[in-house]
Amino acid sequence: MQQRESTKNPKQALHVCRSSQSDLSEWRIGVKTAGPKSVDLKSAEKYKKEKQQSASDQADNSTQDHLEQALTYFERGKSSDRSLLLILKWKHLATVESVALQRGLSPEGLDVLLNVALSGRLGKIFRNLNGRILKCLIPASLIAESSVVSAVSWLCVGKCSGSTQLLFLRWLIAMFDFIDHKEKLHALYGIFFCSLQDEKQCPYVCHLLYLLTRRENGESIQSGMQPHLQALLSLYKLLCPELVSITLPAKMKTYFRNSASLWKAAINAIRRRNQGTSPTSQQLNLGTAHLQSRKRKWNTQLILPACNAETNNPIKSEEVNHIDILSHSESFPVEQLHTFSQLLQNIHHLEFPSQMGSVLRNSLLLHYMNCVKDESIYLRLYYWMGQTLQEECTWSKIDNEQYEEEFKDFLDIIYKTECFLQKGFSSCEEFLYKSLPFWDGFCCRSQILRLVSWIPLSNFSEIKPLLCEPLAQLFFTSSLYFKCSVLESLKELLQNWLSWHVMQLDVEADPKISPLNSTLSGLVNSVADLIHFVGWISTVALRLENNATFLLYFILDFYETVCDVYLKYNLPLLVMPPPGVFYPALLSVDSVSLNQLCYIMYRYRTNLVAAKENEQIKKTILQFKFSSQTYQEYNQYIMAMVGCLWTSSAFQKDIHPQGIRLDPEVLKKTRVQEVRNSFNIVHHPALMGYAILFLQQVSGRRWNWYLEYLYMQGFQGLKLFIESSINRVSQVSQTKLGNVPV
Amino acid sequence: MKKRKSSLFYGLSLLSPPPVLENADPQKIAFLLRKQWTLYSVTPMYKFSYGNLKAYSRLLSAFVAAEKQKGLAVEVGSDLGFKVTLSTLLGLKGTDQDQVAILVQIASRSQLPFENAEDKVVWSGWFCCVSGDELLESVPEDFTCLSLFLANGAESYTAIVGTWFQKTFDCCFSRLTISPLNLAWMAVMWTGYKVDSHMTTTELVFSVPCTPHSLDISYAIHPEDAKALWDTIQKTPGEVTQEEVNLFMDCLYSHFHRHFKIHLSAARLVKVSTSIASAHCDGNIKVPRSQTGPGLL
Repeated sequence: MQQRESTKNPKQALHVCRSSQSDLSEWRIGVKTAGPKSVDLKSAEKYKKEKQQSASDQADNSTQDHLEQALTYFERGKSSDRSLLLILKWKHLATVESVALQRGLSPEGLDVLLNVALSGRLGKIFRNLNGRILKCLIPASLIAESSVVSAVSWLCVGKCSGSTQLLFLRWLIAMFDFIDHKEKLHALYGIFFCSLQDEKQCPYVCHLLYLLTRRENGESIQSGMQPHLQALLSLYKLLCPELVSITLPAKMKTYFRNSASLWKAAINAIRRRNQGTSPTSQQLNLGTAHLQSRKRKWNTQLILPACNAETNNPIKSEEVNHIDILSHSESFPVEQLHTFSQLLQNIHHLEFPSQMGSVLRNSLLLHYMNCVKDESIYLRLYYWMGQTLQEECTWSKIDNEQYEEEFKDFLDIIYKTECFLQKGFSSCEEFLYKSLPFWDGFCCRSQILRLVSWIPLSNFSEIKPLLCEPLAQLFFTSSLYFKCSVLESLKELLQNWLSWHVMQLDVEADPKISPLNSTLSGLVNSVADLIHFVGWISTVALRLENNATFLLYFILDFYETVCDVYLKYNLPLLVMPPPGVFYPALLSVDSVSLNQLCYIMYRYRTNLVAAKENEQIKKTILQFKFSSQTYQEYNQYIMAMVGCLWTSSAFQKDIHPQGIRLDPEVLKKTRVQEVRNSFNIVHHPALMGYAILFLQQVSGRRWNWYLEYLYMQGFQGLKLFIESSINRVSQVSQTKLGNVPV
Repeated sequence: MKKRKSSLFYGLSLLSPPPVLENADPQKIAFLLRKQWTLYSVTPMYKFSYGNLKAYSRLLSAFVAAEKQKGLAVEVGSDLGFKVTLSTLLGLKGTDQDQVAILVQIASRSQLPFENAEDKVVWSGWFCCVSGDELLESVPEDFTCLSLFLANGAESYTAIVGTWFQKTFDCCFSRLTISPLNLAWMAVMWTGYKVDSHMTTTELVFSVPCTPHSLDISYAIHPEDAKALWDTIQKTPGEVTQEEVNLFMDCLYSHFHRHFKIHLSAARLVKVSTSIASAHCDGNIKVPRSQTGPGLL
């Protein structure tokens, strides 16, 4: 107990001070002594934090409270009233077990439970509970060394049964890698060594010593030759050959019994869970391999390789002529790369990991990748990613269906990497082309659509059958939401292509890199084709969805990028929206769409004017000019718009072939009064509401003006009546307004 | 991916036309026969060097030992009780520009004290290049393209060896399954192959998905009948077209339908076995006959 307190650092104390939540009090009451309380408070505090992190996880909260209660219970519990305690114990233990198996226990929780289990405090009657407690001691993150040391001290006192001791040793072996420091444990080497004499414990103690043994622990023992002792001896012999005189059989056997089996599944599950929930830790997860989480055949599970330096290290220590196997000079091992400054310092002798797939998790290496122009890097990544995507694709293999979440994560990681590198992977592109025809449009939807936005710029006529046709099929047959998602990702695709083009202009590109051999016309054609494609599907979609405002918003959002291509991205291209998009937006009942359209038309104008000016200034024959057709199209639209909104002549002035020009005779037949005005800025369905509101505001003022007028006409009686008997709410303001000269 | 399909396709074609077989070590080739092989496709290996096979053998030995004795220290160089050997398989190429095939063997050391006691091969696997792979031309010099891997033995060894190759040469293994279409091709190609002795029945296994247990239909044909049928279909000797394969299968289907009123075309072809070789859609193949084997491979 004392040991435990002595290790508390000021930080932990701070945690306690901050925990002022009211609901803490209800379980704090039961705690009598100050010492153990701090332990619990801290764990409680930690759980609180976890709880806040997963606010969505409402159901967890109650279990969390139960766990706090349970831990407090075990901490202070005395076996006084047995019949009552028995029930309580079972209840609390069940809570602890369920939480431990679900999410693991914090170092503090482990500390409490270890002490309970090994101190024999639960009494002889509940001895079997000790085993149950030990079996559920699954660490969520780490195990404090101090807890282990205090547990070992309990072991030496012999308060617990032999079977509990054995179980504890097995637990210690299984959890060895989770212990945060091992210095003090090493100091206990002698104690463990003494317990070798216990026949039952011997195999496990041997295994533990095997894990603990370092060169300075060379001591010789004389005993039989059970396999576990052999193993320990072989290690001694390896480290200090002079101390072990006996010859050991060379044949390798399995020396130790598998101690970890009891906890293995739970540890793996929790590790998975932790990795899944915190993307940041996932990104910085260096050097730790993914644990196998599912039982499938070899190599049929999605594992991002761990970030290891090139293997074959043993070769270096051997003959010199083998050094050149992978031709490594002194290089900085990637496992040690943790900070950006390290990257900068070692950038000249840094090597990529042995498996390129691991760079996806490592943003520092991605930075490095950006700096290095080596084709083999991308090629290695290409081979790996292509194979992995194909093997794991959830809808191309029936067996993969259950692993959708993992596949989603993988696609997310690829997308993030593409965003980071500002570059699409060609293996991913190929995967999309190959798998889109079989895609149901539902599985991993957002991931797939986001990946579409990183398809590298290439000849559109090649992409069209591979990408656009399957996508259009799904687009037309799917929900409104799906349509909007597709439009969104196509907008991003367009933006990525345009950004790529701008970057090429800046870098003065190496023609080899360019997928279109840097011909501007090729680029312009591809971009134009993409825009036309989106225009086409937009027109159809608006008909299918009855001009849904939501859809229109995404379509106009796309055209907000299109209308600025010339000025913003320096690409000599302007494509007007098709009439199927323009007119629904112009005649929309929604003011947001109309406003968006006005902005787009304004940007088109700015771009066209700038283009015209450039043409005139340069006087030279420009390779690319906007065709007169573009100007003509623009003018048709602008006339329709002005006629519609301003001059109230939409039905007469519109000269667009697909416009809203109507014969006066026909208009007359509609018997709508003042038909001319119906789409002007006052009567437009999108603006009508505003016009009415505006009139309502003005009419208040007019009322006053009217009253003033009446008063001036000598209606003093009316004036007195109103002033005395009518309580006008906005008297003051209206008086003020009324004073404003007309 | 196009690559995958072609690698499979050419992998199979490797089994049919008489390839370049000079310099072949007959012992090694014989070793490849009469075993069931599980197929894997492998992406190009990075910085693999034929000059370092000995060093690779040692490293792989250590790796296998380490994996087998998980958690225990492994003394490099000491007797591990087994031996891993990497060697070249000369002559096993489809075309001249193909890379040389590699044989990996794990042999357990003989317990007997005799000097000449033979080690027993407990696992073996070989990498080979599948000719005609369009990938080959685009692969730069740092990469070695041995895109077909065949393994025989415990899967735990396959896993260890595969993992080592993946880690060391940044390549990627995946099980190669054989589609019914490809199985039909194999059936045709093997039917057309002339066999002098040891004729066994040509058997096609179809799977009918139904609950609770799927139903397998085995369709056995006398090899001479199958050959006769094929001879009437094939237009130019030495050449096989998809139409001819379809026609061959359709003839078999209609024959079966006439007798059993079952449309086999609606079932899935899962296994083909002939005198020459047998193949299962899971990606297992077996070449049983030693005398026809070398020519076939």
